[in-house]
Amino acid sequence: MTPLLTTKGLSRNFGGLRAVDGVDFALMPGEIRAVIGPNGAGKTTFVSLLSGRIRPSSGVVVFDGVEITAMPAYQRVRLGVAYTFQITSVFANLTVFDNVALPVQRTLTDGRTKGQVRTGVMAALERTGLADRAGTLAAHLSYGHQRLLEVAMGLALKPRLLILDEPTQGLADSEIDNFITLVRGIAKDATVLLIEHNMPVVMQLADRITVFNSGKILAEGTPGEIRANRQVQDAYLGATHG
Amino acid sequence: MRDASPAKTYALHIGVIALLFALNFVLPDYHQGLFARIMALAVFAMGYNLLFGYVGLLSLGHAMFFSAGLYGAGLTVYHLGWGVPEAFVAGVACGALLALVIGLLALRTSGVAFMIVTMMFAQVFYLLVLYFAAWTGGDQGLVIQQASRVVSIGGASFDLTDPTVRYMSALALFAIVLLVTLAIVRSRFGRVLVAIRENEERTKMLGYDTVANKLAAVVASGAICAASGAAYALLFGYVGSNFASIQYSILPLLWVLLGGAATTLGPLIGTLFMYYVTDITSGFTSAYLLIVGVALILLVLFAPKGIMGSIRERWLGWLP
Repeated sequence: MTPLLTTKGLSRNFGGLRAVDGVDFALMPGEIRAVIGPNGAGKTTFVSLLSGRIRPSSGVVVFDGVEITAMPAYQRVRLGVAYTFQITSVFANLTVFDNVALPVQRTLTDGRTKGQVRTGVMAALERTGLADRAGTLAAHLSYGHQRLLEVAMGLALKPRLLILDEPTQGLADSEIDNFITLVRGIAKDATVLLIEHNMPVVMQLADRITVFNSGKILAEGTPGEIRANRQVQDAYLGATHG
Repeated sequence: MRDASPAKTYALHIGVIALLFALNFVLPDYHQGLFARIMALAVFAMGYNLLFGYVGLLSLGHAMFFSAGLYGAGLTVYHLGWGVPEAFVAGVACGALLALVIGLLALRTSGVAFMIVTMMFAQVFYLLVLYFAAWTGGDQGLVIQQASRVVSIGGASFDLTDPTVRYMSALALFAIVLLVTLAIVRSRFGRVLVAIRENEERTKMLGYDTVANKLAAVVASGAICAASGAAYALLFGYVGSNFASIQYSILPLLWVLLGGAATTLGPLIGTLFMYYVTDITSGFTSAYLLIVGVALILLVLFAPKGIMGSIRERWLGWLP
């Protein structure tokens, strides 16, 4: 099977800091991949390079056989790379409906979906359990619901690769359970790349885990392998082992 | 609540147009003339509002789009002897073309830099008008004779200097632009424009080329403002450099702020309000600008969202 997304020697410097340092990475279609690592390890910078929010200093990004290294973010979205923000950035002054209508009408314009804006919006809202709040201003939603709206917007883009940047941050435990079910559902027709600090969520969801440290990939493997990896335990999981 | 009440929304806008139509038959001569002027200038305000209210781009140079229409129509009539419809089209085309060029350059900036860049381009336009005084008439301007302001359609001819013809022409333009802006803000394009105003970065990450969308909005705004300028030249028979001055870049901003930014009817209400406050107070005192200033301060203090904006916030949430 050919990977959906690969990077070769991907680097990004901020002044003297090498936030992402020569990363070779491959993501298989249909998998749920978690990216973990201590704060400042370069996780968010790495996914920002994938989504096109920032440009790499060197290296290449290939999505589905097309080199997208220099492609602007909005064009990557049209190819099917969707990104949901770490800091909730829904359109606070627009209704829930309009927030989701924006990605839906984009896929209609691109010819990736057919039908009415309303149908697509309601489908995404049903899936995230927000359908009864369609007319509410996004600013009036609870924090947990705003996070769900953020996911609904990502979903409505009909992504082939959905990048979720710390999606469970600030959610209550009960909300996290629903969220895990939701991401499993999404993974049936999209590849999911997930930055996450909540280890139980990572261990339950991820098919494979990539561990970042100081801008480099420290280890990669199944949840079981990562849990047993001595280097990872030292760098990240807390070096309390024997 | 975009899709909540389209019927109510259209009924309101058609109602406003019908009311303005009826006013033609009841207003005394003086006010009939004033209303024609207000409707023509409300088109200017609506064009400005499309960019400022909905996209959130504050331009301080819209006088150049208004006067591109004014001169595009006025000079083709005056020097080339063009008919009224051709001249009007020429005016709108000048404004749209100018907006395309200015947009391409000015949209490389944002925020305060966008304000300064648009203002500087407008100053260049103003100085060019003065420099080419041999053609434009400079600050004295040009008067377009009554004979060149007669439109023949089929067998009938309409004299734009006739008060009723003038009123109805201004109303027709106003009605078309009002319904066009209403259609734009309710469209998918309108939704993207508002999204850019609210959070441009997020809009990009939803797959939108925000620069292309902003450029389209600048051109639409410039064309509407030019339509207002072209109509003004043809209806009132005068083109002059004061219409290209900084004052005419500030006025549409004031009208829109007063009436309510990002409301479809705000530009009309703001223009109407400002004209009548000026008109009434100047009857009492030569210091009428002082009273206009006080009125503006009171509005900003007690209704910072403008007249229609406050009405929408407090009572009528469905207003577009």
